Amino acid sequence: MSILVDEHTRLLVQGITGREGSFHTQQAVAYGTNVVAGVVPGQGGTRHAGIPVFNTVELAVRETEANASVIYVPARFATDALLEAIEAGLPLVACITEGIPVSDMLVVKRYLEGKPTRLIGPNCPGLISPGKCKIGIMPGHIHQPGHVGVVSRSGTLTYELVWQLTQLGIGQSTCVGIGGDPIIGMPFIDCLQLFEDDPDTHLVAMIGEIGGNAEERAAEFVKAHMTKPVVGYIAGQTAPPGRRMGHAGAIISGGQGTAASKMAAMQAAGIRVCRSPADLGREVAAALHR
Amino acid sequence: MKVHEYQAKAMMAQHGIPVPRGDVATTPGEVRAIAEHIGGRVVVKAQIHAGGRGKGGGVKLAESSTQAEQCGAQILGMTLITPQTGPEGRLVRQVLVEEAQAIARELYLSVTVDRERGRAVMIASEAGGVEIEEVAAHTPDKIHKEWIDPLLGLRSFQARRLADALHLTQDRQAAAVGLMQGLYHVFQEKDCSLAEINPLIVTQQGELLALDAKLDLDDNGLFRHPDLQSLRDLGEENPFEVEASKYRLNYIKLDGNVGCIVNGAGLAMATMDIVKLAGAEPANFLDVGGGASAGMVENAFRILLMDPKVRAVFINIFGGILRCDVFAQGVLQAVTKIKVQLPVVVRMEGTNVDKGRELLRQSGLNFIVANDMQDAAAKVVAALEGSGERHT
Repeated sequence: MSILVDEHTRLLVQGITGREGSFHTQQAVAYGTNVVAGVVPGQGGTRHAGIPVFNTVELAVRETEANASVIYVPARFATDALLEAIEAGLPLVACITEGIPVSDMLVVKRYLEGKPTRLIGPNCPGLISPGKCKIGIMPGHIHQPGHVGVVSRSGTLTYELVWQLTQLGIGQSTCVGIGGDPIIGMPFIDCLQLFEDDPDTHLVAMIGEIGGNAEERAAEFVKAHMTKPVVGYIAGQTAPPGRRMGHAGAIISGGQGTAASKMAAMQAAGIRVCRSPADLGREVAAALHR
Repeated sequence: MKVHEYQAKAMMAQHGIPVPRGDVATTPGEVRAIAEHIGGRVVVKAQIHAGGRGKGGGVKLAESSTQAEQCGAQILGMTLITPQTGPEGRLVRQVLVEEAQAIARELYLSVTVDRERGRAVMIASEAGGVEIEEVAAHTPDKIHKEWIDPLLGLRSFQARRLADALHLTQDRQAAAVGLMQGLYHVFQEKDCSLAEINPLIVTQQGELLALDAKLDLDDNGLFRHPDLQSLRDLGEENPFEVEASKYRLNYIKLDGNVGCIVNGAGLAMATMDIVKLAGAEPANFLDVGGGASAGMVENAFRILLMDPKVRAVFINIFGGILRCDVFAQGVLQAVTKIKVQLPVVVRMEGTNVDKGRELLRQSGLNFIVANDMQDAAAKVVAALEGSGERHT
């Protein structure tokens, strides 16, 4: 098993004809993902790389029974794409786009309330259940099917961890990039719950970073509800306060959101916290074989 | 993006928020002219992108236009050091000259984003004029909040609740509601991440007035506001960072001597962490993006080498979609073109990594190829020790 995506996922790509959308759709198809439709306003009725393109998400869902969407639409149009996907009732939407204004995300978050959609991202690499389904921009071949669940606010740092695991012969059940923005759809906690409920996930590796208090909340959740071991790392232990470290959400403000506070909360919750990102793979191996 | 107090006040005034009469000046003569126009006592305030200006001598009260001119002469051109500027301080190039106020009460009002709830929140406190984080830490009962539904905006009843919490008199309720709704409109319309009035004063005549104002704009929202982009003050930014932004490089200057070139923000932070753990100090944060083309790497080197403190370079790349051999060719091009003299430790991992490492080893250039992140950090420290510059 795995969480969120698997061989039954029927993927719709919003922005399939753009440079990013087009390239990563081909990569996803090559990986074995079942890409059933693309949506590009004004290009309905055409095909792109053999995949039928529709004008609207609603029509694409009706015609193809798509049950997940990935969004590669540029930031200034992405909010509309998000609202359209939510409105169509898609159970899963992953938004790769970076640079969506916070005020737009506040509206999206509000619109999500009471809707069946689970939003991953924005500003994320997407998610993958190795060997089954890849949605997003991560390199598929570094992954290996297995039993470690990965959840992270980062992109390349997640690939780093996954690669360390694969090199050690440790496979992954599902890897989820939840996004580096201050306002995101699915938080750590929901993802941890899914991994806890997934019999095929035996351990969770969690990568956080400075800014906000999502890791502190996750630590409380782990302490109260998780029976599976959790290994963690927080990026930005040396980051100066008041500066945005690349990700819009990675900022220490008013003394809040420091790596030290997050690491302390995670340790107190029984999470095995690595100080060095180079130790993550070995720490996971040690926790698995304990 | 940060803006100056006078710019923030101008935007707030457009939304009906009362601000003191005043204008901005760049010379003592202009200060005098503005003070004469206002008449009576004025306050001369340094305009820099940092708080705590009063403590550093950047805010002065003048009884006359002559005295105002003297204050202007003292403040303009000074290097103002505040708790927020760091020890190097900031050069003051502009001052705001404002009518002095007779203050009865100092309050606090702001709108910001509550990340946990995914909502904008208005925060009000009777403890104005001090940092709100201090108030929140020591007297949390003095903090009052109203979360704002983006589809409804800040409703009048919410503003009235805050006005009550601030113990404003009944005859000031309507003014307070208008001011609060105005502040939310500024926050929303200008795509702010913070809109803050601290202090919001009640004058001895009973009027509400924004004595200080701060707006932080969401960089991601700037595409909607071409007019606001011109408010960017390059003089307030680190010159290396200004240069990096021209190449769309995500660069932040730090104090160490290990220059870092990394793809991805998370990995870039992790690279800084591992440099520190190995006993050295990172000179910068630099994310060249997931793609990391040859051109990006070349520009990254240019920026790093502008910083005279940098004594070694640490390239940390995870090649996913980007193949390591292609990236290595880019590094070779850049290093040859810019004639990099410093030791360069390269750690690559991912797709075609063996080919990539081989290309670097065979280049005959001064590369130190590392096997993994840990190894790379150790090699960077060794390279610094070799050049006798481990400690910054």
